[in-house]
Amino acid sequence: MANWDWQVFCKDTIDGEVVANCWGSGKEITYLHWMIEAWGWTVAVSLVGLVIALVVGSLVGVMRTLPNSPWLVRFGNAWVELFRNIPLLVQVFLWYFVLPKMIPVMKGFPPFVLVVCALGFFTSARIAEQVRSGIQALPRGQRYAAMAVGFTTFQSYRYVILPMAYRIIFPPLISESMNIFKNSAVAFAVSIPVLAQFYLQAGEETGAQVEMFVGVTALYIVSALAVNRIMTAIEKRLRIPGFVAPGGTGGH
Amino acid sequence: MKKHLLVMAIAAIGASGVYAQDADALAKIKSSGVVNLGVRDSSGLGFTVGGGKYVGFHTEMAERIVNDLSKQLGKPLKINYQVITSQNRVPLVQNGTIDFECGSTTNNAARQKDAGFAYTTFVDEVRIATKANSGIKSIQDLNGKTIVTTTGTTSVQHMRRHERAEKVDFKVVQGKDHADSFLLLESGRADAFVMDGSILAANIAKAKNPKDFAIVGEAISFEPIACMLNKDDPKLKQALNDSIKRQIKDGSLAKLYDKWFIQPIPPNNTSLNMPLNESTKAAWANPNDKPAEAYSSKLLSK
Repeated sequence: MANWDWQVFCKDTIDGEVVANCWGSGKEITYLHWMIEAWGWTVAVSLVGLVIALVVGSLVGVMRTLPNSPWLVRFGNAWVELFRNIPLLVQVFLWYFVLPKMIPVMKGFPPFVLVVCALGFFTSARIAEQVRSGIQALPRGQRYAAMAVGFTTFQSYRYVILPMAYRIIFPPLISESMNIFKNSAVAFAVSIPVLAQFYLQAGEETGAQVEMFVGVTALYIVSALAVNRIMTAIEKRLRIPGFVAPGGTGGH
Repeated sequence: MKKHLLVMAIAAIGASGVYAQDADALAKIKSSGVVNLGVRDSSGLGFTVGGGKYVGFHTEMAERIVNDLSKQLGKPLKINYQVITSQNRVPLVQNGTIDFECGSTTNNAARQKDAGFAYTTFVDEVRIATKANSGIKSIQDLNGKTIVTTTGTTSVQHMRRHERAEKVDFKVVQGKDHADSFLLLESGRADAFVMDGSILAANIAKAKNPKDFAIVGEAISFEPIACMLNKDDPKLKQALNDSIKRQIKDGSLAKLYDKWFIQPIPPNNTSLNMPLNESTKAAWANPNDKPAEAYSSKLLSK
């Protein structure tokens, strides 16, 4: 342990000299600078993927519980089964190499968009499943009550069902948001310079595998933990006393 | 609590570093009768033809080294082939999963901190592969283009150096492995693939239409390729070096080179057409384990 060399992060990526400000300037950057840039890619891929996953996942999840729309329900089920049953890495390759061959327009899409779609849709299937279970966990009386006061289907979801359902599924949504951060490492497979890629390349260049590994791990922990804290804070703010018990005993 | 875990994790990593001391692979090989040989599955110097069969210049050379080891130990040896990648090869020789590997590992100063190297048996030249109709002829033509190299190799650093020295500006993407990098070139996501010449030649030979690709430009840098083994195993290193010297001396290595780089090779029965370069000839004339840095200084003085 004594021979760990933390100075390696302050080294220039071209000539390997230690730079005084540990950051570099212009095109001559240090490994620290590079690592933070890689972190930026990881955060960007994860956050955009998370937004897609939440929006699409909610839509599909709601679709699967709609009364009197069997085709929408079937479409939702098919969506979930399709994206849940293909390994994430395979999905990333499909988006990156196979789809652009079938749909020529997609050749012009930047890799970032394709990876974010892959990650977002994969996670959307999981979120859809959670939204559906949240809605189905509500007593039927809630839906009937909404119908009894004359709400349309949209209104009953908007004002009665979803506000309750989201509160029930918030804890698994937190896990899902942390998962997408960790899953974002697959973007490396299609050449997005995320943290995982930085580790492999910088470790090889400097011979300081362990130092790079520790730095990258620390950044992953920081990002996943930050997401966890933010989501937990939101959960606390949204909590309705007497509805979902804080200990996770569920129900109402 | 979290701090506690981190400390434990760090201690575990530290402990595994200590574990790597005083290796003696020869004794292990002698008692088990098995050599764990690291081989590559998609590189010019070692690749697979499917069905768990590994071939190539360095793979076959390694098999001959194992023959010599077997004579030295007075015991028939079985080879257990283990596929390695650019990323896992150093940890695998460090922890003893493989006894040594002969693939396409560059002997450089950074790696010498972690691993030992036998005599250099091939000096590769880093070149540019591109679509034959791309109009790219040299490194200057790469201005504004996207180039791909493979993660965990030294080519990226060379490109960064050239970018600064020759005032060209290009975007670098990094493939997961050589096959992936070549796929990026083939699918048009990258304009050029910068990598060791032998790797480029092998990937082009394997392509659907080898004629669509060309290797252009002068050598960007020199990569002495050698078999890699545990840093703290002088006995095995001596045995490898003895075998390599024998193969150079009796001309069998030159014949092997001819077989893999001039003659048509599997899987497509195409030839790589890569005559022995001057740097490799020099390395064979004076067997040495000098790192790549010793070569690049020669390049700069030219």
